[in-house]
Amino acid sequence: MSTELTIRNATFKNPVLTASGTFGYGLECPAFVDVSQLGGVVTKSISRKPRDGNPPQRIAETSAGMLNSIGLANVGVDVFLAEKLPALRKAGATVVVNIAASSIEEYAYVLERCEEHEGIAGYEINVSCPNVKDGGLSFGTSCPAVAEITRDLRKRTEKLLAMKLTPNVTSIGEFARACEAEGADAVSCVNTFVGMDIFVDSRRPKIATITGGFSGPAILPMALAKVWEVRKAVNIPIIGIGGICTAEDALKFLIVGASLIQVGTALFVDPGVGPTIAEGIAAYMDRHGMKSLNELIGSLDTSLQPSLVAAGWE
Amino acid sequence: MYLQTVSVEYSKEIAENVWVIGFYAPNVAKAVLPGQFLNVKPDASFDPLLRRAYSVHRVQGELVELIYNVHGRGSAIFAVKRPGDPLDIMGPLGVPFHLEGEFTRAILISGGLGIAPMPILGDELHSRGIDVVNIHGARSAKMIVQDDRLRNPIYATDDGSLGFHGNVVGALAEYLDKSDHSEESLRLFACGPNRMLESLASFCDGRGLPLEVSLECQMACGIGICQGCPVEMKGGERKYTLVCTHGPNYDVQDILLESLPVEHG
Repeated sequence: MSTELTIRNATFKNPVLTASGTFGYGLECPAFVDVSQLGGVVTKSISRKPRDGNPPQRIAETSAGMLNSIGLANVGVDVFLAEKLPALRKAGATVVVNIAASSIEEYAYVLERCEEHEGIAGYEINVSCPNVKDGGLSFGTSCPAVAEITRDLRKRTEKLLAMKLTPNVTSIGEFARACEAEGADAVSCVNTFVGMDIFVDSRRPKIATITGGFSGPAILPMALAKVWEVRKAVNIPIIGIGGICTAEDALKFLIVGASLIQVGTALFVDPGVGPTIAEGIAAYMDRHGMKSLNELIGSLDTSLQPSLVAAGWE
Repeated sequence: MYLQTVSVEYSKEIAENVWVIGFYAPNVAKAVLPGQFLNVKPDASFDPLLRRAYSVHRVQGELVELIYNVHGRGSAIFAVKRPGDPLDIMGPLGVPFHLEGEFTRAILISGGLGIAPMPILGDELHSRGIDVVNIHGARSAKMIVQDDRLRNPIYATDDGSLGFHGNVVGALAEYLDKSDHSEESLRLFACGPNRMLESLASFCDGRGLPLEVSLECQMACGIGICQGCPVEMKGGERKYTLVCTHGPNYDVQDILLESLPVEHG
């Protein structure tokens, strides 16, 4: 039995990656997790220049979830390549660099700087951050812009190129099709949903940017539906993201059609949960006599009537 | 840093809406330094989702105590914990109070739940041969944590129902006026509402008194991976510092207290 999976020329030892922006640079918590036990580490979004990020308050808890407005705080590509990448490689991580930018030129610059270095398995392009004024969601909600960024970056790398899509569009399938048509190897579905919360006594927003990115287990059914929509729209691999906290959550995404999954907000509660989820997936495959992940990916059986007992109403 | 489940010894109210929870955690008790915190999960469910960051209040042998207010769903769950209930803790986290340097007397100033890190700090300073004075304030007597283990306490209440009639800054001014201790050999440590810290910082600035503040802040991860707890710095290369990993204890000269939000209920 193997949980290994290769997309383009990037091989992941198991399907569990850490989601961008939820695991720092992968170096912050060696006490709690051995990053070599993860399928991969997707870095914090890296931009051309360091970014301070948004003013406080940046986070708020919601029912079974949270809002964030970090604003892509990061050290910039120079420090990332000089300090973070070598340390991640030394720790044995499979590294996927997430790139954020406010122009096509900036995406290209960061990617080409990364291309000069060994030890990067691939790229995930953030065209979907809801919390910055320039770039981010303004790209992510324009299908022609996403297509253009994909086309441009595809020319610049032979490595895995995954586009991270926003769910805050009418038809995410169209965006995935555009990425596929322009040569993306995979689509990451989904970034956070736009959300908002306020204090009723002071009548003030709970985070400084008023709205922010909504994540955590509360969004899982919405994210799963987006993955299902994308599964029906494209043939390239999907990296499923959205509220995954347990192996069972991860299995749902794989069964619906994701080839890999990312754990995000759950890491804030238990930074070591990634390898636990990977073990749970392997145990499930064993139990079901599966030899490879491909037997699991997209194995959803829609012909059966839902069972109330199986749905947890027993 | 440890991530583990311990067993609750007790959870009880020690002043109006001030609760203490105690548990045995030998590794934490041994490792923790004054001003560090634990990130504690309310229960095994995902709702409420996030851990709560609580300063370590006191360590006695292998027993660790945290204190908290009940003001939301997470803290309400802690308040109904019974002896033997599991408690999922992560830590100790954060940079401890900075105790280096020459001083012979420390004044520990706390407002409300800001009392949290003061007993463990007072014990450590005392063991180093430093005089410890506590100035602890609250709105009213019933909200004051009256702990006979608190070293040399001076209480202050807004309504005058106990001790000094006024806030902790007023109580500090009165104490300094009466004290014959040289101000050069003093060090002040404070924890409490952000506006109290601002007012105290302004007072200390005027008197040239060195002040270290321990910030309370909502956090998601507590270990620097979410970047959710910034506080603005005065100058320096970076605009923000993260309270969880660079703090929560800062020389007040290094940060912009006014950038911190007013606490909302």
